[in-house]
Amino acid sequence: MRASKKQSAATLNIPADAIIVPKKRQDVVFPIVNAIILIILMAITLYPVINTVAYSFSDDIDALRGGITVYPRVFSLHSYDKLINDSQLYRAFLVTASKTIIITVLNLVLTSMLAFALSRKEYPLRKPITIILVLTMYFNAGIIPTFLWVGKKLGLMNVYWVYIIPCMFSCFNMIVLRTYIAGLPEALVESARIDGASDFRTFWQIIFPLCTPVLATVALFVAVGSWNSWFETKLYIQKGKNLKALQTLQYYLQSQLQTAGNSGSNAAGATADAMKNKDAVTSTVAFRSAVTVVSSIPILVVYPFLQKYFVTGMVLGSVKG
Amino acid sequence: MKKSPNKLESMGLTVNKRSTLKTLMSQWQLMLMSIPVLLYVLVFNYGPLFGWSYAFYDYNNGLGAKAKHPWIGWESFEFLFGRKGKDFIRSLRNTLGMSVINLVLGTVSAILLAILLNEVRNRKFKRTVQTVTYLPHFLSMVIVVSMAQNIFASDGPINQLLLGLGMAKEPIPFLSDGRYFWGMTGVINVWKEVGWNTIIYISAMTSIDPSLYEAAAIDGAGRFQRILHVTLPGIKSTFVILLIMNIGHLLEAGFEIQYLLGYGVVQDWSETIDVFSFRYAFKNDMYSVATASSMFKSVVGIILLVGANLIAKKLDEDTLL
Repeated sequence: MRASKKQSAATLNIPADAIIVPKKRQDVVFPIVNAIILIILMAITLYPVINTVAYSFSDDIDALRGGITVYPRVFSLHSYDKLINDSQLYRAFLVTASKTIIITVLNLVLTSMLAFALSRKEYPLRKPITIILVLTMYFNAGIIPTFLWVGKKLGLMNVYWVYIIPCMFSCFNMIVLRTYIAGLPEALVESARIDGASDFRTFWQIIFPLCTPVLATVALFVAVGSWNSWFETKLYIQKGKNLKALQTLQYYLQSQLQTAGNSGSNAAGATADAMKNKDAVTSTVAFRSAVTVVSSIPILVVYPFLQKYFVTGMVLGSVKG
Repeated sequence: MKKSPNKLESMGLTVNKRSTLKTLMSQWQLMLMSIPVLLYVLVFNYGPLFGWSYAFYDYNNGLGAKAKHPWIGWESFEFLFGRKGKDFIRSLRNTLGMSVINLVLGTVSAILLAILLNEVRNRKFKRTVQTVTYLPHFLSMVIVVSMAQNIFASDGPINQLLLGLGMAKEPIPFLSDGRYFWGMTGVINVWKEVGWNTIIYISAMTSIDPSLYEAAAIDGAGRFQRILHVTLPGIKSTFVILLIMNIGHLLEAGFEIQYLLGYGVVQDWSETIDVFSFRYAFKNDMYSVATASSMFKSVVGIILLVGANLIAKKLDEDTLL
């Protein structure tokens, strides 16, 4: 930009100094200040995360003293050791991972098929179906009515499938996909049809493979949502042996936090608790931090690679949504 | 979706001449792709509306399978807005308060960060900042809240910093004093979502014609003036539309933060409508009142959202739907 400025100044026969000098300081200082602000911002974003990692690698008793910043004072793998041997956690991990995979696959297949059907202009049911689906983005019956319907009337209490069946479809994702499919060259579908391919085959062999970037976005949204959810457990799984068998990772973490973290200070209260009974020791700050780290790793490893995709996906969805 | 007249359209014409039934028969594959999802949506998105009926029968002593539940009409709503419903009015106030704070802080922070990022010329640095600031969006609220409990604890880093700098004489009870609660939810939400919220604004900024910046520079505009007179007007329409859409979500102040952090003394300032519904249903066993509050929130939410959409549509015919 600077170069073009100089050029135009020269062509206009204005002394170059007249334009450039008054702004020079701003132009040099601004990028530096900007970079510093952004670096501070990154530090603020990362600090809690690094802090948690530091706690997770700390020695139990030392961590209870608090005041750990970005590195563990007394390094220990004790928490991770305990975590590997925690059968409840292992079970919760299996429940969470399996439901995330099932929901993601079902969502991708159902949503993309629907998006394809609704992008066909010659399909007369396109309009009415779209309206019925889009309306769902405008209302939500509310937490309790939904619970009464799904849990009480449909009877999905204390079963694994309550994690999966109610969340197989999202209208937002359908719109993202439909917008993308509508933007593909129409000739693709036509030529497939001339070659005698059925609608289903056209979708599966021509359109579906072309949607990979958006499918990646939708998969990420769905998987993150499923992985991070804990409230379904709270609503639909009653306390007792069902809960032990069916709790999700985030629910497990949440219950650990509720038992341990409700005092304003995490050091004083927790130490006293830890001294009092052995059970509390299993949920020390160090252990909870380790659970936090383990439960967020799968997503944190994946998302940077999908960044390019989900940015376009977000824009597609919000422009047309 | 513009395309020249071709085989498909002529097919469309012949299709119109045939009876709709025949057309549909030939499109059974498209129907197979869309009808099951439609039925699914009717059951799981429209079905919960059936749960609203619980507000009009007496379920205020639990759900008890065989007990009688007489018709009570609008009594539950009278309860909400009557003298006994102080809690509900309080939750309505909290919902609106936190919504407005979230809306203002969220929008301002997102625009500021988007501007700063937009001024970065080094691509790698920009991408790094984006990747880092997107990170918290992918963490579950359970994890974010547990981190906040560490960071804002009375012996946590924020308080140590404030004490060290002499800005506070004694630790500030950020999480255990109701007066701070609205602000804390704002801060936590900004930390979690600010990077994510920039996506739309950055995409709006990249569609600004670069020659505008050059022209402004030639006219002698410095960095700040270019931001003020080129960047900000360039994102104005995006800003207005997002603002209107967010006003449509004014009652969606959230559930998770308030539920996870809102214990004991802060309840006066933390309980939103959703938390109120949850507490009345599962702690007080007053399902009719809980349902009525959910229903109230939904109906007002629909009105707000439809209103917001109508306004947005009037303002900009092309950008929405």
